[in-house]
Amino acid sequence: MAVILDLLVQLCQMLIVLALAPLLTGFVRKVKAHLLRRQGPPLLQPYRDLLRLVRKEAVVAASASWVFRAAPYLVFGTTWVAAALVPTFATGLIFSYAADMIAIVALLGSARFMLALAGLDVGTSFGGIGSSREMMIASLAEPAMLMAVFTLSLLAGSTQLSFIAASLQGPETGLRISLALALVALVMVAIAENARIPIDNPATHLELTMVHEAMILEYSGRHLALIEAASYLKLLLYLSIIACVFFPWGVAVSGQGFGAYLAGAGMYAVKLAGGGLLLAVFETAIAKMRVFRVPDFLGAALMLGFLAALLLFVSRVT
Amino acid sequence: VAVAALLWCIAALLATGVCGVAAARYKAATAAVYAVALLVSAVALFIGASFLLHGGARSEALTLPLGLPWLGAHFRIDSLAALFLVVANLGGLTASLYGLGYGRHEEAPARVLPFFPAFLAGMNLVVLADDAFTFLFSWEFMSLSSWALVMAHHRRPGNAAAGYVYLLMASFGTLALLLAFGLLAGSAGGYAFESIRSATASDEVSAVVLALVLVGAGSKAGLVPLHVWLPLAHPAAPSHVSALMSGVMTKVAVYGFARIVLDLLGPPLWWWGALVILLGGMTAVLGVLHALMEHDLKRLLAYHTVENIGIIFIGLGLALAFEANAMPAAAALGLTAALFHVFNHSVFKSLLFYGAGAVLTATGERDMEKLGGLIHRMPYTAFAFLVGSAAISALPPFNGFASEWLTFQAILLSPALPQWLLKFLVPAVGAMLALSAALAAACFVKAFGITFLGRPRTEAARTAGEVDAASLVAMYTLVALCLIAGILPAYFIDALASVTHALVGDSLPSRQGLEWLTIVPIEESRSSYNGLLLLAFIAASAGLAAEVIHRWASNLTRKSDAWDCGFPDPSPATQYTAGSFSQPIRRVFGTVVFRAREDVDMPAPGDSRAARLHVELRDLLWETLYLPAAALVGFAAEKLNRVQFMTIRGYLTLVFAALVVLLAILAIWQ
Repeated sequence: MAVILDLLVQLCQMLIVLALAPLLTGFVRKVKAHLLRRQGPPLLQPYRDLLRLVRKEAVVAASASWVFRAAPYLVFGTTWVAAALVPTFATGLIFSYAADMIAIVALLGSARFMLALAGLDVGTSFGGIGSSREMMIASLAEPAMLMAVFTLSLLAGSTQLSFIAASLQGPETGLRISLALALVALVMVAIAENARIPIDNPATHLELTMVHEAMILEYSGRHLALIEAASYLKLLLYLSIIACVFFPWGVAVSGQGFGAYLAGAGMYAVKLAGGGLLLAVFETAIAKMRVFRVPDFLGAALMLGFLAALLLFVSRVT
Repeated sequence: VAVAALLWCIAALLATGVCGVAAARYKAATAAVYAVALLVSAVALFIGASFLLHGGARSEALTLPLGLPWLGAHFRIDSLAALFLVVANLGGLTASLYGLGYGRHEEAPARVLPFFPAFLAGMNLVVLADDAFTFLFSWEFMSLSSWALVMAHHRRPGNAAAGYVYLLMASFGTLALLLAFGLLAGSAGGYAFESIRSATASDEVSAVVLALVLVGAGSKAGLVPLHVWLPLAHPAAPSHVSALMSGVMTKVAVYGFARIVLDLLGPPLWWWGALVILLGGMTAVLGVLHALMEHDLKRLLAYHTVENIGIIFIGLGLALAFEANAMPAAAALGLTAALFHVFNHSVFKSLLFYGAGAVLTATGERDMEKLGGLIHRMPYTAFAFLVGSAAISALPPFNGFASEWLTFQAILLSPALPQWLLKFLVPAVGAMLALSAALAAACFVKAFGITFLGRPRTEAARTAGEVDAASLVAMYTLVALCLIAGILPAYFIDALASVTHALVGDSLPSRQGLEWLTIVPIEESRSSYNGLLLLAFIAASAGLAAEVIHRWASNLTRKSDAWDCGFPDPSPATQYTAGSFSQPIRRVFGTVVFRAREDVDMPAPGDSRAARLHVELRDLLWETLYLPAAALVGFAAEKLNRVQFMTIRGYLTLVFAALVVLLAILAIWQ
């Protein structure tokens, strides 16, 4: 019985992340528009965008290979799997043991790898500039993220997100400097990895400053829809990780009743809304930085993550 | 029985080599030599694998009346040797298979055919050797036969210099090992490994031996700062030999290190671990940064070997540190991570070198800037190279990720180490490992993307054709291994259990106790990874997405020109190149590590001259370490040159003086 329930939770989670991800992006856009005193697109616009895109024909450049056509499916698949393994409203996901947090980071790396290759596939200058800069950003963001992961798993004694969430929820983990440092590092990485201001501008087009948008410039139709969906999922994933690890209140634990799950879902919605709101305010308040300032930003994230891990190494009494 | 059979295999390889000298004139010789090497490697692989899987803690020894008369030639196989026999002969097997096709394009078969089987025999001999003399003899035999292969195309520019640097570094390394064994054997002169193992060296002697082994085995493996020969020599050889040198010979060097430090030298001290971890971390980061700056496909791969050797040594260093602090479970984890990565790296690095060789055969080019679009002309090679790239970039579900995951887990156990230096060092090296993994992914996006994707940059790339079937079979064997070791790591880790038991006294939890072939780092840990489930999940979700899209969405596809923001340029020169791809990373890291400088030479308005970008990179290690050393040697040789032109009286005086000095030393000594 418990197994079936766990399986059900896992399935629910897969559907929930998929259903919620466009809404989150729509919400962030709406809040940003309001902060800029604009009406902004409707909340459901991302869903409509996706529907519109899948209905259109896909235009594929003549010089593209199968990598270009396969990449959207693989990117979407890996990102979806990664998002499904992060506890959102309940811990104890049944397949969470298959991939721990290191594997989730690496899964996102796989998605990025495919996307960067797709950017190079057609053989245009914009695709190349996007891929090249994306990999430069990732080469600093990924270690920073892994350092934050190290910090969390040293505190929890496990690299598994379910255990980390459960352990940080428990009474034995108080406030710690390492946690604060890791939080800052993780937020910085999340901003960079999701191509948000100040690293990249998700709304820009036809500018030399764009990174993610340049990489996927050649995509259209259903392929573009999948890539957009994957990037919505990625934003949701990072917010979920931050929510479940640093703000674990209200997350239902496996075996609790239906009410707990419902409350967990409610809390999750509140956390996402809070995260989205903060992201929108932050993005409105700050200006985009030059590409070659990005390493400073991410280098700071890496150093913070490293400091967080180092403090735990040093403070451990044996 | 196993040792005797393996020695027969080695004898067969040596005989093939000798026949190769005589037969190289004939056209059929190429196929015959590689076919025999293939068969013999397969037999040796089978023997090694069955010993590894069923041998347990057993070992078998054999002494032949060869070599030093009072010593004889000792040979022995145990689980550690069996593991490296598997690695060596798997490499030998696929290299021979690849050679069946690739070797037909060889312009000087007489320079390759005799040495190829000899090189395979040399590597097997090193692993089997059980006394210092046989070990050093085999080691030198391996070095020299591979040197001959590096010099196979000695008239190509740069190859002679590469061979010279290789020969110098190899001799230097052997000298260091010779001294190490001398110290280990002590004044009693017990050169058999048996007696070395039972003797106990003092801490000071052990420290010197460790340093000497790091120089000797480290220079062969490519540890920074002794890696300089590797990116010169590995690419100079024919591609299947490059694969053997990068994928297997560096592993034989790792075997030498593991055999001496973990087996012969006795219980380690904690600072050995710190030293090895630090060297490993530096090697990993510097190797991958060098690789990123490289446009020559084979040199790029050779620099990645340096990086992966760093990762392996991080694992070995962690194992030493844990063992010194009596934490056998954690030591087993570090050692398993290192040994699993040894296997994995030999698989995907051979695969990548075969891919580079296929590109070289098809286009005659190693320079990525002159390639592009090969995925259309060489679809099978491209797919194999893509799998190899994903595996070496440590992307799940391939095998590179499984072993790096174990290394990360070993790092996460290290806060329990009591020494302060290690507490500071290990997280820093963890960050270096993460950095090198991320940079490796960037590097292989470049290597695959520029070489195989985009539009062809030259005529050679436009007209390339797929390579022969034998080469493809060799590549796809390794593709299958990359995937199998990635999704079923539990089987491979179980096979390593007897090795780690023998060396550090513990092993990873066996797959029997775990559901679904999940791997966990240590018994009481709550971390786990399951590549099989992960692959199934990715396949299911990507398949589901494809199914839904193709059922419900528009299936219309239109071929068209590239969009490129409305300004597509038909010239392939407008694409991103390898140099422009790595430019951001060069600016971020290269300005510090390589003192990279970029000058733009922009002609004045009205001047029709082309603008030029000049990039200057400096190899600081080469400048600060090797050039001064070479200058010093040159200076000393200049001074000693006087000895060559003395009168007969002068020489006689010199001989007499030497005799007196030696006798005086002897008198004082006793």
